[in-house]
Amino acid sequence: MDEILAQVDQLTRRYGEIRAVDEISFTLLRGQVLGFLGPNGAGKSTTMRMLAGVLAPDAGHIFINGFDLLDQPVQAKRALGYLPEQPPLYREMTVEEQLHYSARLHGLSRTASRQAVVRIAERCGLTDVSRRLVSHLSKGYQQRVGIAQAVLHDPAVMVLDEPTVGLDPLQAREIRSLIRELGQDRGVILSSHRLSEVQAICTHVQIMRAGRLVYASPLADLEQQQPSTRLRIGLKTPPLLARLAQLPGVEQIEELGEGRFRLHHAAGLAPHQALVEQASAEHWGLWELTPEQASLEQIFIELILEPEMIQ
Amino acid sequence: MITVIAARELRGLFLSPLAWTLLAVVQGILAWMFLLLVDDFRELQGRLASLDNAPGVADLVAAPLFRVAAWVLLLLIPLLTMRLFSEERRTGALDLLLSAPVTMTEIVLGKYFGVLAFLLMMVALIALMPLSLALGAMLDTGKLLAGILGMSLLAAAASAAGLYLSVLTIQPAVAAITTMGLLLALWMMDAASTVPGMTGDLFGYLSLRRHHDAFLLGLFDSADFVYYLLFSAMFLSLAIRWLDDLRLRD
Repeated sequence: MDEILAQVDQLTRRYGEIRAVDEISFTLLRGQVLGFLGPNGAGKSTTMRMLAGVLAPDAGHIFINGFDLLDQPVQAKRALGYLPEQPPLYREMTVEEQLHYSARLHGLSRTASRQAVVRIAERCGLTDVSRRLVSHLSKGYQQRVGIAQAVLHDPAVMVLDEPTVGLDPLQAREIRSLIRELGQDRGVILSSHRLSEVQAICTHVQIMRAGRLVYASPLADLEQQQPSTRLRIGLKTPPLLARLAQLPGVEQIEELGEGRFRLHHAAGLAPHQALVEQASAEHWGLWELTPEQASLEQIFIELILEPEMIQ
Repeated sequence: MITVIAARELRGLFLSPLAWTLLAVVQGILAWMFLLLVDDFRELQGRLASLDNAPGVADLVAAPLFRVAAWVLLLLIPLLTMRLFSEERRTGALDLLLSAPVTMTEIVLGKYFGVLAFLLMMVALIALMPLSLALGAMLDTGKLLAGILGMSLLAAAASAAGLYLSVLTIQPAVAAITTMGLLLALWMMDAASTVPGMTGDLFGYLSLRRHHDAFLLGLFDSADFVYYLLFSAMFLSLAIRWLDDLRLRD
């Protein structure tokens, strides 16, 4: 399963003086779902547009399924399914016509397109609306048509720019499981500004800031390598901070207000046991005890927000 | 792939009220014109009978009708071509074509042939009017065919220019107005052909009208034919180049 589906080398794109994307490199293997995170304007969409061949890079190379996107665009694009931020739909066509057209554009024969449209409409929950005009659909359904269009021709690489934007929570969950399923036997690159979404779907995560790739790691590593080192507690009648600091393993205490505290402790030395015993002996009224996972959110905030606050 | 894109473009036109409205308005204006011309011809008929080598229906009805039709086409084609790229760039629908495994040439030619197919239908409907006279009069089919060919070539050239200008801007209205300006300027350019010397000849040669007039007289000059083909090819290749460059500029 180590087949390289997409490879990006030193990709750079400028808008005037601004380097929107600055020498980023990464690879995508079959079976990976790669999540791009970053604040608005970090260069996520620009990267996606370049990957889809809609925007030309100023420097660097993109290989899709072994073909150079700049030198052999037609061969490279054959292996590509793209959903831009705004789904590219013709408002005057019906869902069925739109999907059929897209399938034909990607080289499917007339009969193959017809079968693919029926199959994908069912998979994306579009069967009921297949005869309705695109312009009469809600944003959520239009987004689904966009996703259906990106997977219709069974591409090896899918590039999805914010795939669940505008969907209600239930639809978003369906689309997420669809993407996870599709990602098992191909490569998916998606961008999102929802951390929980990336955590839920992706196998790998990359964080961009000001056009640069500042963090890249498999998600599994993130969960294993960074064990919990924080404990959030709530006490009805809290003792003095000094008393809490005496608990074994506690290195630092943050007061969060309303009887809540965050205890920082050494990895693997969570003071649960001692805390519960003391609380019960001295009637602190313990009502919350939560270990805080080093989440993607913490990493995201450390990488994205803190440098900006220093400036 | 070109036919897939062209078919969608043509379908898209008929799914919007614009195409139907244009067809109706053009038919309405030209039908009225046609009736007036037939009426004039009926009054003149008696006097014409006494002349040797008298002008026939093709000269007195078809040619003037086609002359007006050319004007009407020049005014309407910008409204058809303005949407080709401007609107799709604005709504983002163009991303579908740009990320699909098709070349820029296929995209441009597909859209061009889609619009051209519509215009040829319009030309066919216009040509039906003088052709209907064949029921009761002797028609000079050669002259009539030359006129139809001239009108088709004019439509091909004008829509190529309109397509190019719609690649340049994301505002359909701007594309329409610049196309209209360019076409009218090229149409009337031969007014400057009275300027002595090379300049006058050049203006005369570049004029759309100069080349169209020959067809109305029933003359088929391959120079005129090639002029229209070159005119269309030039604007189409400019459009392909520009579309390719857009990916660098956007």
